[in-house]
Amino acid sequence: MASVPMDVRKVARCREIAAEIADDVQRYIDSHTTVGVERTILRAYGAEGVDDAGVPLANTAVDRYREAGLLGRGISFFLGRALLAGAANIQDAAERLAYAPDIDRGDGEPGHHAAREALRPHTEAALGRIDRARQERDALRLRVPAADTPHKYVIVATGNIYDDALQAKAAAQAGADIVAVIRATAQSLLDYVPHGATTEGYGGTFATQENFRIIRRALDEAVAEQGRYIQQTNYSSGLCMAEIAWMAAVERLDMLLNDAMYGILFRDINMCRTFIDQYVSRRFIARAGIVINTGEDNYLTTADAVEKAHTVLASQFINEAFALRAGLREEQMGLGHAYEIDPWLPDSFLLEIAQAQLIRQIFDRHPIKWMPPTKHKTGDIFFAHVHDAMFDLVGIATKQSIELLGMFSEAIQNPLLMDRYLALKATRYVHGACRHLGDEIEFKKDGIVARRAVQVLDEAASLLEEVRRESIWEAIGRGAFADVKRTRTGGKGYAGVLERAPEYTNPLLTALEGR
Amino acid sequence: MHPTTPNKPLRAYGDREGDGMVQLSFALQLPPGARAREAAKRFAEMHGLGDPIVATMEACAEGFSFFVVYGHSPHAVDAANIDVPEVRTAALGREDIEHRIKARLGRKIVVVGGCTGSDAHTVGIDAILNYKGYAGDKGLESYKGFEVYNLGAQVENEQLAARARALRADAILVSQVITQRNCHKENGRALVELLEREGWRRDTILLFGGPRVDHQLALELGFDAGFGPGTKPSDVASFLVERICGPLATSPA
Repeated sequence: MASVPMDVRKVARCREIAAEIADDVQRYIDSHTTVGVERTILRAYGAEGVDDAGVPLANTAVDRYREAGLLGRGISFFLGRALLAGAANIQDAAERLAYAPDIDRGDGEPGHHAAREALRPHTEAALGRIDRARQERDALRLRVPAADTPHKYVIVATGNIYDDALQAKAAAQAGADIVAVIRATAQSLLDYVPHGATTEGYGGTFATQENFRIIRRALDEAVAEQGRYIQQTNYSSGLCMAEIAWMAAVERLDMLLNDAMYGILFRDINMCRTFIDQYVSRRFIARAGIVINTGEDNYLTTADAVEKAHTVLASQFINEAFALRAGLREEQMGLGHAYEIDPWLPDSFLLEIAQAQLIRQIFDRHPIKWMPPTKHKTGDIFFAHVHDAMFDLVGIATKQSIELLGMFSEAIQNPLLMDRYLALKATRYVHGACRHLGDEIEFKKDGIVARRAVQVLDEAASLLEEVRRESIWEAIGRGAFADVKRTRTGGKGYAGVLERAPEYTNPLLTALEGR
Repeated sequence: MHPTTPNKPLRAYGDREGDGMVQLSFALQLPPGARAREAAKRFAEMHGLGDPIVATMEACAEGFSFFVVYGHSPHAVDAANIDVPEVRTAALGREDIEHRIKARLGRKIVVVGGCTGSDAHTVGIDAILNYKGYAGDKGLESYKGFEVYNLGAQVENEQLAARARALRADAILVSQVITQRNCHKENGRALVELLEREGWRRDTILLFGGPRVDHQLALELGFDAGFGPGTKPSDVASFLVERICGPLATSPA
């Protein structure tokens, strides 16, 4: 069976260091909240709707308390007090927070214990809603199991959710196991979740609850038709990553792009904001049984894939450590990496296989996500098809769990219906023809593949040491990941970060934390 | 080296001169079958392809067929009478670029860039501006003669213009990757109009870049030059040096 040398003590050491790095940040997270977190809580309790200008109720309520300097006590505190003051239900209570003539300054009684108590049945209902969605998914997956891994993951991206639904079903018919609906590029920087169905999106559709439902319905039909479970994916990232995670949890999505550092590096979202939001989003994700996909593959689109391969591995250790602190099981951690080495570099294939095999071995319980070449796609679709086939070969030989299929039209356009079909056909061939290749081959001791694997782990360990010494805040500041530099108070969304008051109230988060 | 363009109309070259051979692939909303095959053949004929051969017909989704068709195109294109604006700059070496900036300008060339509008894809602007560069060609940041401000993703035109004006930028680089419903053209044109309204369009050099951008499009939108896929940082550096520090004696007019 294929394997590369892996020093288990070194791997254990990497995990220890990553734990220290994450603990440092976790102390910060545990004493702060964000507008995104508080909005998520309101939504999870059942506050819904938008005003005439399209502003979600959750935003109006949370912004009002933030502007009044009260949000550090937690929106739940005021929600509980509104219930105790006679609000008929959560919706009524949330509307009072948003629109009542006078803001509740939280003075006097009832205190946080009473507020928490008033929310108790609603906290249970909020958890119950997530749990029911999870049970429904589990039951369906038991009845209609998924195909063998690597699961074939494709993207639809028409900008119209109804066309997306059509294309998603077509992709399932053509053999896809996972369908992602690409999200409008601008959404990551919106500090609210748009409402309703998207029919004219730029660069994709918005992640909205209604869009989630439309695609889930289409894929449920596809599951029934194909007799094979088809997973739905969207993006829990950007300034609303926690709200989107909750929406996905109750709308029965199977996977979410969700990364502890992606927003910081690639969308210039403030790092304090991102660390807090990723934690709370992952608390919901953990409860919902959703699989996350982390974004380390993106590092190699900006940094060199040979020189910076170890940054991917180091970041995976860090993402894993953060995920563990948010209650995720390893089986929910789809750590990402990619086939992005210059294809014309001699032995590039060997370097790719070394990295893929190493990551497979280190993260042996994790549904590792294998991403296709994009950076070196030129528009020569014939060459690109060969390039993707080599990527498929590494995917099956090293037993990757989730494989996002390469598209030969990558550098040209959103994939056409036939592009996706041809990608699925080629992958079906390579995966079938090499089904047990990984069990049959061994890598030469001290050969190119083995030596490369050792080198990458060594370099990752050194980088983790450095990051621990200087702290992750500083490390990101000097461009340790993806060659991108960010500062602690820079980036978007920092104004939405608040220190928790001593009696911060958030019973739903407390319940998700199992406390 | 390619041979000189023949001075006659050209047909597509397949296996021998003049055969006009092309391949076409497409999907039709028809299940595979005799009717679908005939439909594909006629579809190809309507494009002018003679003796079309439907090489592949497969179901690519329920109710859809995927086709690969070969046929002879009767069309001939007269390349001799085509005049396309091209960014014509002799590629300068690093030393030459640095030297000319120092000797002729005596200060750094200030460059401000970003992806405008909702575009979050910084891969292009990063490749040109950031130290790392692209395909082994280091970015403008790596030159002593350039002072670079990469504003990154999703920069509003107003923000970009304000920053560029405050920095007295010699050049503004706009990258646009997303092209849905031609939003790249709208964003680009809007920036040009903004600078014109503010009355300083002629005080700076405006460059437009992206996978669906060419020099002609950039000129149409009111930019000074356009750079498409495969552009290296040194191409942009050479262009700017030539514009700002004066042309080489040997450069074409």
